[in-house]
Amino acid sequence: MRVINMRVIKKIGEWFDHRLQLAAPIREAAEHPVPRNTASWFYVFGSAALTVFLLQLVTGILLALIYVPSAGEAWSSLQALNHQVALGWFIRAMHGWGSNFMVAIVLIHMVQVFLFGAHKFPRELTWVIGVFLLLMTLGMAFTGQVLRFDQDAYWGLGIGASIASRVPIIGPFVVKLMLGGPIIAGATLSRFFALHVFVIPGLLIAFVALHVLMVLKLGINEWPMPGRIVRRATYEAEYHALTKKDGVPFVPYAIGKDMFFAAFIILTVAACAFYFGPFGPTGQPDPTITQTAPKPDYFFLWLYALLSLLPPSLETPFLLIVPPLVIIGLILLPFLSGEGEKSWKRRPIAVVTVLLIAITLGTFTRMAQFTPWSPHMNAWSGDPIPERYIHGTTALERQGALVFQVKQCRNCHSIGDTGGQRGPALDSVAVRLTQDQLIRQVIQGGGNMPAYGNNLSPAETTALVAFLETLHPAGQNPARDAARDLVLSNEQRPAANVRDSTVGPR
Amino acid sequence: MSSKTVTVPPAEGSLSRRGFFMKLGILFNGFAAIVLALPVAHFLFSSITRGRENGYLSWVRLGDVDTFPEGETRMATFRNPLVMPTDGQTVDTACWVRRIAGDQFQVFAINCAHLGCPVRWFAQSGLFMCPCHGGAYYRDGSRASGPPERGLFEYPYKVENGVLTIQAGQLPTPGDPVASLTSEKPPCA
Repeated sequence: MRVINMRVIKKIGEWFDHRLQLAAPIREAAEHPVPRNTASWFYVFGSAALTVFLLQLVTGILLALIYVPSAGEAWSSLQALNHQVALGWFIRAMHGWGSNFMVAIVLIHMVQVFLFGAHKFPRELTWVIGVFLLLMTLGMAFTGQVLRFDQDAYWGLGIGASIASRVPIIGPFVVKLMLGGPIIAGATLSRFFALHVFVIPGLLIAFVALHVLMVLKLGINEWPMPGRIVRRATYEAEYHALTKKDGVPFVPYAIGKDMFFAAFIILTVAACAFYFGPFGPTGQPDPTITQTAPKPDYFFLWLYALLSLLPPSLETPFLLIVPPLVIIGLILLPFLSGEGEKSWKRRPIAVVTVLLIAITLGTFTRMAQFTPWSPHMNAWSGDPIPERYIHGTTALERQGALVFQVKQCRNCHSIGDTGGQRGPALDSVAVRLTQDQLIRQVIQGGGNMPAYGNNLSPAETTALVAFLETLHPAGQNPARDAARDLVLSNEQRPAANVRDSTVGPR
Repeated sequence: MSSKTVTVPPAEGSLSRRGFFMKLGILFNGFAAIVLALPVAHFLFSSITRGRENGYLSWVRLGDVDTFPEGETRMATFRNPLVMPTDGQTVDTACWVRRIAGDQFQVFAINCAHLGCPVRWFAQSGLFMCPCHGGAYYRDGSRASGPPERGLFEYPYKVENGVLTIQAGQLPTPGDPVASLTSEKPPCA
């Protein structure tokens, strides 16, 4: 019985292959010889990226069964997915975590390829297409964040529009084309839906197919040996000889680790989805709700930090010049260094460059998780001045503490580790600034501080500065202008200035 | 029939019947592409072409003048003049109305002049603060500190029969501050 079954299946297979004629090329592709040492754990990231991409396709289609790409209903359809549809939350979480994993794996794959010299001759075009695949992956991440049509998505679009508008001459037109109208509204979501679901995935599938085809045609990059130099004239013959002498068929010898890692990644995404759940949606996309501090998704946090830390005058040139330069640089890379050493052990500049970029992006990402540059909008009403700072102070100084609180100084200045970090912490400001300097800074502003001259009465300023003068560590005297002390010593001193300097906080 | 279709290789430089027909076919397809490209381009870029004649801006009612106390800054909301059926809540827009005195107003866009985040008014310190990158503005909308390179965007306004109206309908951005194009410059500028 079993034998007959097998025979029937074989017959059916032959019937199809007689018409399709695909078995031979598939077998040839599967069994093409690869250098033995490429069956390594370092070579699994390309196939892992493909695996996560397929996972995204499947979960994306599943989400599209429920999701409504309409500005009026997208948010509530996500709520339905989270709370009403069986395991809708899990599919959303898989898609969201899959997106994070995909960006991460594509970046790791890129670093591995670069450090192993796989971008060199004759694989330049494979690298260039890989660069496009990275850009499309980032494009999917951004458009996907927009489809989660919540407050972050709404204001994130505003940020995108503000950046796009700065392009000289065509900026305003680009904005209207991007938004599909004069404001962020229904047409905007619809066109980002078209991009996320049709345009970019279509391009991605085509480019992934080309990318994989070239890996098959040109062969997997051999394990780089220090001293084995790539030359255009001889490389292909050398590679051919290597795969002949020390090659193994890709299936089944090299594919084992790929398959293991693919399953591991899928399970990891599923575990993250299960334990951490889906991303958002945050508040409704209602522009009249302004009690929000929008933040981009993880992989754009570095940009968020950069936009806060760049000097204002540098920002627009940076935004318009650097990204095109980076993309051009990445595309030109294999043409500028198409030959020579492949091993990272003999390419110190390559290693240092990768480390530098990783550390820079990592630092900016970390900073964007704390956003020290953003005022704490509720600090003035939510973070009271710690008791020890007003213990034993005069009535005037306490009044100053009140002014300090009520005038929202706390939103930008911390005292006792609570409050904003936009401006410097003021726990020891009296040591840094004299009374006159404090008055000047409060009234005129400067540095990065607004001027408060129009918003403080003379009495309030006097009280505020009196309070600020108490802010110095015990045992450390407040800053004094000696010349002024001399002048004042001939007059009757105001009460606020004769306090013993050791009666400060702490 | 088949015996008559045997091809005779054309002489050098001359055009065969088939070659001519292929060229005509390419030409014809090119014509079809142009015929189709024009309406497609018009459709695709309609959001730009409509805006060029200021078709997006119109006068929107914000409310009775009396609802805005003199010397104070209050939030007001309005519905974008252009509404599509799928827009949902996104057409409801907020703005900050500062009544200086009498019929003298300043109406600021909610969007920060840096990257468009919603700014919040703090009456006690007389500042607008942005939660995103820390931009701050004075009560007259001029830049106080932070990354913005200019003051808040202003909507042109008029007061008629005790009703405050503004000219709105487009998201103001640093590269296209529509709102301030026709309005008077702020006193500090």
